[in-house]
Amino acid sequence: MNDNLPEARPGLVQRLWRSVQRDPLSPESDRDRMRLVMNNLILHLHPSKVAARTLRFNYTFGLGGLLALLAVIQVVTGVLLMFAYTPSPDSAYQSMLALQTEVPFGQLIRNLHHWSANLMIVAIVLHLLRVFFTGGFASPRQFNWVLGIILLLLVVGANFTGYLLPWDQLAYWAVTVGSSLIGYIPLAGDAITRLLLGGPEVGAATLTNFYGLHVAVIPLTLFAVMSFHLWRVRKDTLTVPRRADEPGDVPVEKVTTIPHLVSRELIFALVMLALIIAWAVVFNAPLEEAANPDHSPNPAKAAWYFMGLQELLLHFHPTFGAIIIPGLALLGLAALPYLEPDMEAQGIWFRSIQGRWIAGISIVIGVLSAALFVGLDEVLLDLPALLPFLPTVISNGWVPLAGILLFLLAYYEGLYRLGATACEARLAIFTLLLAAFFTFTIIGIFFRGEGMALVMPWSVIP
Amino acid sequence: MTEQSVSRRDVLKLGWGLASAAILGEGLLIGLRFLAPRVGEGEFGSVITAGPTDSFIAGSVTPFNEGRFYLVRLEDGGFLALYRRCTHLGCSVPYDATRGEFVCPCHGSAFSIEGRVLNAPAPRPLDMFPVTVQDGQVFVDTGNPVERDVHEAQSVVYA
Repeated sequence: MNDNLPEARPGLVQRLWRSVQRDPLSPESDRDRMRLVMNNLILHLHPSKVAARTLRFNYTFGLGGLLALLAVIQVVTGVLLMFAYTPSPDSAYQSMLALQTEVPFGQLIRNLHHWSANLMIVAIVLHLLRVFFTGGFASPRQFNWVLGIILLLLVVGANFTGYLLPWDQLAYWAVTVGSSLIGYIPLAGDAITRLLLGGPEVGAATLTNFYGLHVAVIPLTLFAVMSFHLWRVRKDTLTVPRRADEPGDVPVEKVTTIPHLVSRELIFALVMLALIIAWAVVFNAPLEEAANPDHSPNPAKAAWYFMGLQELLLHFHPTFGAIIIPGLALLGLAALPYLEPDMEAQGIWFRSIQGRWIAGISIVIGVLSAALFVGLDEVLLDLPALLPFLPTVISNGWVPLAGILLFLLAYYEGLYRLGATACEARLAIFTLLLAAFFTFTIIGIFFRGEGMALVMPWSVIP
Repeated sequence: MTEQSVSRRDVLKLGWGLASAAILGEGLLIGLRFLAPRVGEGEFGSVITAGPTDSFIAGSVTPFNEGRFYLVRLEDGGFLALYRRCTHLGCSVPYDATRGEFVCPCHGSAFSIEGRVLNAPAPRPLDMFPVTVQDGQVFVDTGNPVERDVHEAQSVVYA
């Protein structure tokens, strides 16, 4: 009979293991499962219980999780690339060639890094759209939306600084064009560009600066803000999806994060990882000839995610195309959740049944008006020539901007009069502008050929 | 004691607060200074000797790749050093000898031989570098690009 004996002291191995992992890794009860989440450094960014409905794939599409996975891929492949790359104009391009031909799996690792970076831009924009269209930014989640926009800027910054590193023609001229945009910031533009480039033009100092930003400053900031963002999601919880006719205050069923959420995340991550690796095996990241500062290629295009911006620049005075319009758009985006303090449509796609119609119509109007604008500006409308007595900042800046704002105002008012709520009208404006921006991006990528002339896609030199 | 008294604790708090702000500010300034331009000697950014005046015939455009400029000799014998960087978005503007114009490949801006804008989107003429002629030699100071809103005749340098 051992019943009365004190419990045997656990062995050394067991004690050592417990000093590392206090909770059992295969929890038996819900209570243990929740405790495991709370007491784990990484898992504790998750809540210990989640609403069962938020687990539906076609609500979140796993986009936030995909972004976290991509960030991890970028760190792992990026660190590997650092061992093979020399950040100096004399040897950067050579080290790229060596990476692709001599280093085992060098090409694959570079492809993974390149495609994951591009996918990150796509995924972060889709994530933003998902949160917007399901009203996921409403109180108390306003600030997490702002954090998301900061993350978007960081991802674009990481892409832009990384774009220069291969030091080929594509890199050199895309960064030259991109950094010239910054020069149009009123007053401080020149100083900021010189600081960023480490001189008047893209050169050795630029490569050093961009390398430091790309491998240290941006990733560290990104991971810090990302943790903050995830932690806020835990604190504020996810909006619960519901049909347009469901009331918002029904009690929600909750399940434990382990295994319901964690297992889904793991499976999704593995599937996505497999797809990304398959893609990277088939498609090589582009590498053109070595950078030649004496010769700009024709056409010299910025990176694809800047093509919408570059298209704006063809139609507006640079101060407007590069600074004022994107600045206003970004400010508007950050301010969105603060405009509607008590939004009752959280969790409903496009706010309501009516909202779905409005969004659809806005997409059509956005695409058509953007295409029409580009076409008109190409063949008919030459504002500086029509208004020769005005400086181009006004004739090609304030005048078209005022026209666009009037158009938007009329659209907003019109919808309001026709019976849309303020919330739906704002959704309409956002959707229209976004559709127009996507149209600009598509035109910039596929319809701009030599000398940035408007051509058909099959004659654009890739 | 006045009515509005400041406690020792408040003064200390303020002191520590200011010290923290100061150290943060210093760190930020040092960080920014680290990124600042570093110009090497004899590179682009220094005074470049272009050559004897006679070697440039009237109506010619001579590229200087290391100095990033074109030395233009106008029909009347005047000199201009034009920065080859497009004033729109910074592309290298090549000289098109058949048209007698500088045409930017990136966004189609065109400039006359004096750098005047013939075709938008460039917002201003090509920037110039100061030219000096001494003992029959042409010198170009690539450290100080001069921005201008219109081309003016007095900016042309004569031997």
